[in-house]
Amino acid sequence: MAQLRTSRALHEQEAARHPVLVFLAAAWPWFFLFLLLVFFETWARLAYGVSFVFNGFNAQSIALFAAAPLLLGLGQTFVIIAGGIDLSVGFVMGLAAVIMARVMQSLAGVDPGLALAAGILVAFLVSLIPGWINGTLVSRLRVPAFIGTLGMYGVARGTGFLAAGGTTVPVNNPWLFEMGNGKLLGVPIPVVITILVVIAMHYVLSQTRFGQHTYAIGGNRAAALRAGINVRRHTLLLYVISAGCAGIAGLLYTARFSAGAAQAGEPLLLDSIAAVVIGGASLFGGSGTIIGTVIGALIIAIIQYGLVFIDVEPFWQFVAVGIVIIVSVLIDQSRERLTGEAKDEG
Amino acid sequence: MKAEVPLLRCRGIGKRFGGVRALEDVGFDLDRGEVLALAGDNGAGKSTLIKIISGVYHADEGEVLFDGARMEFDNPRAARDAGIETIYQDLALADNLDVGANVFLGREPETRFLGLLPRVDRRRMRAAAHEVLETLEIDIPPSKLTEPVRNLSGGQRQAVAIGRAIFWKARLLIMDEPTAALGVPEQRKVRELVHRLRAQGVAIIFISHNLQDIMAVADRILVLRRGRKVGELPRAEATGDEIVRLMVGG
Ligand SMILES: Nc1ncnc2c1ncn2[C@@H]1O[C@H](COP(=O)(O)OP(=O)(O)OP(=O)(O)O)[C@@H](O)[C@H]1O
Ligand SMILES: [Mg+2]
Repeated sequence: MAQLRTSRALHEQEAARHPVLVFLAAAWPWFFLFLLLVFFETWARLAYGVSFVFNGFNAQSIALFAAAPLLLGLGQTFVIIAGGIDLSVGFVMGLAAVIMARVMQSLAGVDPGLALAAGILVAFLVSLIPGWINGTLVSRLRVPAFIGTLGMYGVARGTGFLAAGGTTVPVNNPWLFEMGNGKLLGVPIPVVITILVVIAMHYVLSQTRFGQHTYAIGGNRAAALRAGINVRRHTLLLYVISAGCAGIAGLLYTARFSAGAAQAGEPLLLDSIAAVVIGGASLFGGSGTIIGTVIGALIIAIIQYGLVFIDVEPFWQFVAVGIVIIVSVLIDQSRERLTGEAKDEG
Repeated sequence: MKAEVPLLRCRGIGKRFGGVRALEDVGFDLDRGEVLALAGDNGAGKSTLIKIISGVYHADEGEVLFDGARMEFDNPRAARDAGIETIYQDLALADNLDVGANVFLGREPETRFLGLLPRVDRRRMRAAAHEVLETLEIDIPPSKLTEPVRNLSGGQRQAVAIGRAIFWKARLLIMDEPTAALGVPEQRKVRELVHRLRAQGVAIIFISHNLQDIMAVADRILVLRRGRKVGELPRAEATGDEIVRLMVGG
């Protein structure tokens, strides 16, 4: 007992002695993002005599690059904070992309604006269905999130390919092209849309009762229940939100490439989870922020784009992103040592 | 007329968990401004009984009448809305949230952002948390008020749970071992609090393993043994020895 006290006191002393460390533990994703930019900037200037950061084309490419995994990561952040996970987002995105393309293809004769609106509406609504099923499985039928959403991973994948007839579904619609490739005040429209979704999600998570309850459920589900929070309905909504974010990513994919593809989001699932984790969320639930996920998605996109930019073999990006994920979890684990906040040992 | 019915009446309550009979045919009445102590050994069914009253569990048999009306609390929200606040033995705090967020858990006050969007009123939550802990005279350093409650001591966390229950001005307050994690001065404060609330007409169910506590605060003592009610006696007629005898049987 006495020993326990001493070691705790020691932690506190240490923490008091290293305010810099305490700060870094909380802000390291920002710090890492900064280091990354400095690194690529230095390399670009030394090797090619150009700027990496102050380069409109790079900034735009990175933003476009980050948008899709970030959108998936936004919904994923809610789900992970509440102690769940959504493995189906990649193929829900693909499903939405295909449905949008199919709807617009079948409306080829009508007014292109109308066709676009119909495509958006139908595809978005369809994307909510797998979310609703995920949520029902997890919240009502008590299927572990990992298993339930893994099942949906398969179902959405199969459905997407079936709806697409096994290939990509091209659409020829000028409005659609504009939505994916146009600009608003110099910013690509997909990026503008992503930013709007980020703002909305950030507000909901950090300012509303819904967000507050999301943290409470992840922190202590029984406490949330006993406080009278409708945990089932809330959990259901979280998976619907996650699927909705994936649906928006799917719409933007079809817009950008004027074609829907079932495999549109296949490589993005792990990126989305990585963005959330690098952003400081715990896979055990109870913590995480939208800002963190944005930073996480940017870090991943900059690593991927930057390595190509400096002409490193592209496969190194997997190694680099993998290392960043591991380091971010390690930092999370050692946070107690840095801040004097102790968890159970063992 | 209304004053004739007891605030709380439990009749024939039974509950099983698989093969375990946690409660069998338990009944009692509780009036406004009355303190009922629940005594019994570990596993006697005390926590199960109060969880039925607070809507965490649904009784397999029997009924709960609150203010004369049969309550079908199948969730804690209904019980809380009816005026039943509970301090659970296994705390029921969200460790990752701060004191204010826990006091207001499930009932967060809102303001409008830009006069339009609903938004949790954190300033008000913080102020109320501070105030509530002040009335409890329990010391939590102000800097800790905005930290996750997992950084608080067991007693401080207990205080937060108590603070939450009294903040909502319950008509029935249920306390499952509220003093278990507290030091001696804090235990005394909780006893004083019970007296104060009783004087205000709040009905209280108080679970404790501490006979001294029980004798100090209870008007009546109900003893459970293996899920059955084995005795119910006014404090004036109770002695520590007798309660223990009832608890362990023989
Ligand atoms: N959720 C549950 N699932 C299964 N069995 C349970 C559950 N809760 C309680 N029990 C069982 O019901 C019986 C009564 O438990 P309860 O928690 O009500 O006892 P208690 O009187 O509060 O004990 P203590 O003094 O240790 O808190 C015990 O045999 C216990 O094992
Ligand atoms: Mg108990």
